[in-house]
Amino acid sequence: MKIALLGNPNTGKSSIFNLLTGMRQHVGNFPGVTVDKKIGAVTYNGKTYSIIDFPGTYSVYPRSKDEQVVYEVVSNPNHEDYPSVALVVVDATNIERNLLLFSQIYDLNIPCVLALNMRDLAKTKGIEIDLIGLQTAFPAAKIVETNARAGFGKDRLLNALESAERNSVHSPFLQNAKLAAVEDYKAQETEAAERFEKIQLLVQQIKKVTAVKKQSFDTKLDRILVHPIFGYVIFSAVLLIIFQFIFAVATIPMDLIDGSFSTFSSYVASLLPEGIFSDLIAQGIIPGIGGVVVFVPQIALLFFFISLLEESGYLARVVFIMDRIMRPLGLNGKSVVPLLSSVACAIPGVMATRTISDWKERLTTILVAPLMSCSARIPVYTLLIALVIPNKTLFHFFNLQGLVLFALYALGLFAALLVAFILKQTIKTKEKGYLLLELPSFKPPQWKNVGMVVWEKLRVFVTDAGKVILAISIILWAMATFGPSDQMQLAEKQTRVMAQKKALSAEVTEQKVAAIRLENSYIGILGKTIEPVIRPLGYDWKIGISLITSFAAREVFVGSLATIYAVQDDGGENKRLIDRLREDKRADGRPTYTLASGVSLMIFYVFAMQCMATLAVVKRETKSWKWPLIQIGFMAALAYTGAWIAYTLLA
Amino acid sequence: MQKLLSKIRPGQHVTVASIQDSFLKPKLMEMGLIIGKEIEVLFCAPLGDPIAIDVQGYVLSLRLEEAALIQVNIAGKSKDFS
Repeated sequence: MKIALLGNPNTGKSSIFNLLTGMRQHVGNFPGVTVDKKIGAVTYNGKTYSIIDFPGTYSVYPRSKDEQVVYEVVSNPNHEDYPSVALVVVDATNIERNLLLFSQIYDLNIPCVLALNMRDLAKTKGIEIDLIGLQTAFPAAKIVETNARAGFGKDRLLNALESAERNSVHSPFLQNAKLAAVEDYKAQETEAAERFEKIQLLVQQIKKVTAVKKQSFDTKLDRILVHPIFGYVIFSAVLLIIFQFIFAVATIPMDLIDGSFSTFSSYVASLLPEGIFSDLIAQGIIPGIGGVVVFVPQIALLFFFISLLEESGYLARVVFIMDRIMRPLGLNGKSVVPLLSSVACAIPGVMATRTISDWKERLTTILVAPLMSCSARIPVYTLLIALVIPNKTLFHFFNLQGLVLFALYALGLFAALLVAFILKQTIKTKEKGYLLLELPSFKPPQWKNVGMVVWEKLRVFVTDAGKVILAISIILWAMATFGPSDQMQLAEKQTRVMAQKKALSAEVTEQKVAAIRLENSYIGILGKTIEPVIRPLGYDWKIGISLITSFAAREVFVGSLATIYAVQDDGGENKRLIDRLREDKRADGRPTYTLASGVSLMIFYVFAMQCMATLAVVKRETKSWKWPLIQIGFMAALAYTGAWIAYTLLA
Repeated sequence: MQKLLSKIRPGQHVTVASIQDSFLKPKLMEMGLIIGKEIEVLFCAPLGDPIAIDVQGYVLSLRLEEAALIQVNIAGKSKDFS
């Protein structure tokens, strides 16, 4: 049986969803729209109920794509998700506003269960609701008192869902109520006015207010949190703590995952008989999966903090103080968290744009988020800075290498804001941006809800983005392993003969062979093919190969260079790799890595979308390949132009 | 006396007089801003925009642009904020 879970935002709707369904949840799609459908299942008295958690809305009439699904489903009895029973959550602390949506659903003749939630909180505010009076006004509805935060009311809810009146036409709350068209604002206004008139009369009868507090604790706390100075100081402090966790704490499990996957891969390689199959598993599939799993700690931590802030009510205040600053750039107060998250990793950043209801502002945020310098760029930046930037101190204080690193981050941020501003002028939408945001009252976060958010985000990432990442990893592996076979074998043979003549050790020989094989693989050939294109940027074919392989993920750049220069990537200081890179000469005898080509590469990595995981997530969030392709295009253009300018100026 | 909600200073109590016709009008009404509703401007964001208002039972934040759609009657008991 299908149950639609409806209600205003901040009424404890998701707590009720989690209370009813526990871990039996999954995310699907509403047909034809880019809105996630959260479905949960619960079995009661032998019957299984499928519960759809709809986006929180104040009325059935939509103003955004999220809200559209509510209207589409409840207005169309032939819709595949049309519910047998609507479960509408009503917040007892604010019953007047909440009853608008409930009375609309009630009048659609859908059997209704009204879950009166947060009655305990209402009591502490001195508000009493007369349940009998409420029942009299809505005789056909089942009314159940719940306290989802305390985990209380599950059986009574299920009992009510089971016995909810079906297929009986009841007299409507509002006489002659008729569902208006989405575009018919006049009818919607009249309806809202008429409904509130009746609701206000009803609320006067059933709501008793005993104590009236003049200025609540919330307002006092808000005065500090939105203060022109303290507001930003507190926000910066919160950010600092979160990033400390993401950078310092998350690296521990990340290194652990990295290490165990490479151990596992060599273990598997030693077990299986040598050959293509073993290579595919040990060098293609296992590192591919590892490349997905390695992001899990960062994503989990980030969403842990974000949902903590959201649950407590603080996030709405951040939106409030940042909205005016972000607006001229075509962004929204709600863009702040996704953009800052992207400094850790663009994947959770893009996923965090869900909260932005305006499509244009959300799309802009998604498109510019990967321009923020993420943690995967750090290995590339540090290698290149150590390579071409002198370790000098300026003005007895600033370390030149540190300054350059800072400049790269600043450049990313500046580019993100600039592109947002340009997109603001170019993307046309019918929807006009606005901000009508409830500042919910502060409450201690619910750990179960926080846990469910983290779990859901991780599952979506691992299953959806994971598939694409794995597929591209395998393709890249195949291209790096295979080549025109005679050419590859010949090169390998020559190298072995030469190694024997020079009496090189077995280890060095294998490194040389790996390098020559990569050079003659399809990726190597591709690297040489693109050399004319990247020569104006100051790169040779070896860098070309690394650019292609690092399309999987930026940090692969370092590993690829290590393979090409036939040195072991020692992970830590890249000392030996750096020495090899310094010695490397072009055909004409000039060094390959100069200030010009090094800076050009750094700038390339600031701008280029060298991350298929992000692409996969953007595809998932925008539900089409159009935007990720546009994104990769403009980022490549920025990268190429930026790198070319840098090389031309410095060379 | 009537004024736009966007011109009301924090601490003032007002009642909703009318809302300008726009695609947001039904939305604003659905969020509780119906004619005659008593509201209080609580505080504004650091740059004066958006503002937060108490709509009897919950706090709503909206940009000045949206607040300028709302005509309000200034009630007698306004607090002196200067």
